[in-house]
Amino acid sequence: MFTVVENRPETRTSKTMLFEQALGASPGQFVMVWVPGVDEFPMSVSYAGDAAGITYKVVGEGTRALARMEKGDMVGIRGPYGRGFELNGTSLLIVAGGLGMAPLALLVERACEKGLAVEAVIGARSADELLFVERAARAGAKVHIATDDGSRGFKGLATELAGRLVARSRFDSVYACGPERMIAGLLAMEGIAHLPVQASLERLMKCGIGICDSCAIDGKHVCRDGPVFSEKDLRAFADLGRTRLDPSGRRIPV
Amino acid sequence: MARLSVDLCGLKMKNPTMLASGVLDETGRSMVEIAGAGAGAVVTKSIGKEPRPGHSNPCVVELEFGLINAMGLPNPGMGEYAGEVRTARAAGVPVIGSVFGGTEEEFSELARSMQEAGADAVELNLSCPHAEGYGSEIGSDPDRVEAICRSAKRAVSVPVFAKLTPNTHSIAELARAAERGGADAVVAINTLKAMAISPEARMPILGNRFGGLSGPAIRPVGVRCVYEIYEAVEIPVIGVGGIRSGRDALEYIMAGASAVQIGTALWTEGPGVFKKVCQELLEFMDANGFSSVGDMVGVAHTGRA
Repeated sequence: MFTVVENRPETRTSKTMLFEQALGASPGQFVMVWVPGVDEFPMSVSYAGDAAGITYKVVGEGTRALARMEKGDMVGIRGPYGRGFELNGTSLLIVAGGLGMAPLALLVERACEKGLAVEAVIGARSADELLFVERAARAGAKVHIATDDGSRGFKGLATELAGRLVARSRFDSVYACGPERMIAGLLAMEGIAHLPVQASLERLMKCGIGICDSCAIDGKHVCRDGPVFSEKDLRAFADLGRTRLDPSGRRIPV
Repeated sequence: MARLSVDLCGLKMKNPTMLASGVLDETGRSMVEIAGAGAGAVVTKSIGKEPRPGHSNPCVVELEFGLINAMGLPNPGMGEYAGEVRTARAAGVPVIGSVFGGTEEEFSELARSMQEAGADAVELNLSCPHAEGYGSEIGSDPDRVEAICRSAKRAVSVPVFAKLTPNTHSIAELARAAERGGADAVVAINTLKAMAISPEARMPILGNRFGGLSGPAIRPVGVRCVYEIYEAVEIPVIGVGGIRSGRDALEYIMAGASAVQIGTALWTEGPGVFKKVCQELLEFMDANGFSSVGDMVGVAHTGRA
């Protein structure tokens, strides 16, 4: 099991938990986090290497229990799992919605370390939910901010702001993570049609290792084939932004 | 060159490998992918009458030589799942509908629904070790196994397979009961009831505490069960438990299995395991003068003093 060294507030609605143990994860990979006696769920890795960690939002019983943990407490970690982002080209556009910035912050750091030009659109509902703005800027990215309520930066969706950027600058690749409807919206944008896109998807996940079929999307599996998919897969997914499976396997709206 | 095709109770399979129930088979599209990857047939998730979310997470524990799972029979209910069966049929390989129930009536009703949805055969789950009131709780009683097989057989015209539990003192007795009940074949084995404890957390890891062990760790148990069953019944045996190579499949076939199922290997090997197993089977058959899979079934029972 992993030992918690820090469990700090990150934004008004999210926290970051750092571990004593190292985690050799690439940007976009996830871990299965077990809170003993409560639940186990998938989480994006937001810090990799020696000071590894996850960044999460309190959404239910399991994450509430996670949020209560303190230095010295232990959680079970399986992973890292899945396919992360691949760096292609020299000029990158990052589009993050809400907690979607958790894995993308790691990608921004890796890209900037390699000397690539990175512009990052960071979106959230309001200013106090914007994630890793300073971290991305510190890494060397040119940061653009969008909030639904206009409390900071552009008033509107991250995808709208991204649309303005692709209209005036040239990018080699687009990297996105956020609500599935945001990903679907991004792919539907005219200015994105000719660009390679990699996007990370989130689905109900039980096993995390490619056997239970809970995270299925058109015969592929978010836990093993993803969570990061390229535009070829993304555009072929009939279920994207439409239906997903509930715990019993019933199809429900995304 | 040797042939891999088999005729299993009238099901025409291009090779003897099948996707085992419970693995990548909650959606029709996933089963189509698995068939595309080389499986000779696919078995659906075990389906009951009503939607069921299954056990809370963790639902798997990864071990060096296997996996313990306690999914808890999650399924959307037969009414909704019929659409997934229809989707799976596009795969062009036999689709075997797995069902679980608590009574003979439930089993026969579900078997009929599976047939109506287009299943080419029905597999009765008499062996899940981690769902109260279902699976091995009723499947370890020979009288109930016989009665459930009989009632399912009355309800459908497609072949009926009985999937048996190794969590019993005599699996051969269960196989004889299934045969008396009219089952067309038996499937052996389901998982072995198991538990893993985290010393740091001082508690069982699985949300359900108990689960079922699968993977390479149970292969010798499965091979022994198939060997015993082959001597006890006349109907075909389908072997399952820890197969991830051609040699593993050969053990089951030579013990008496007419076909094999593969599940947990999807975790370690991915869907490519079906092609790999088939290729290795062919190489062995060509090198050893076997022209068909049928020529090898049960050969481990002969030649002993």
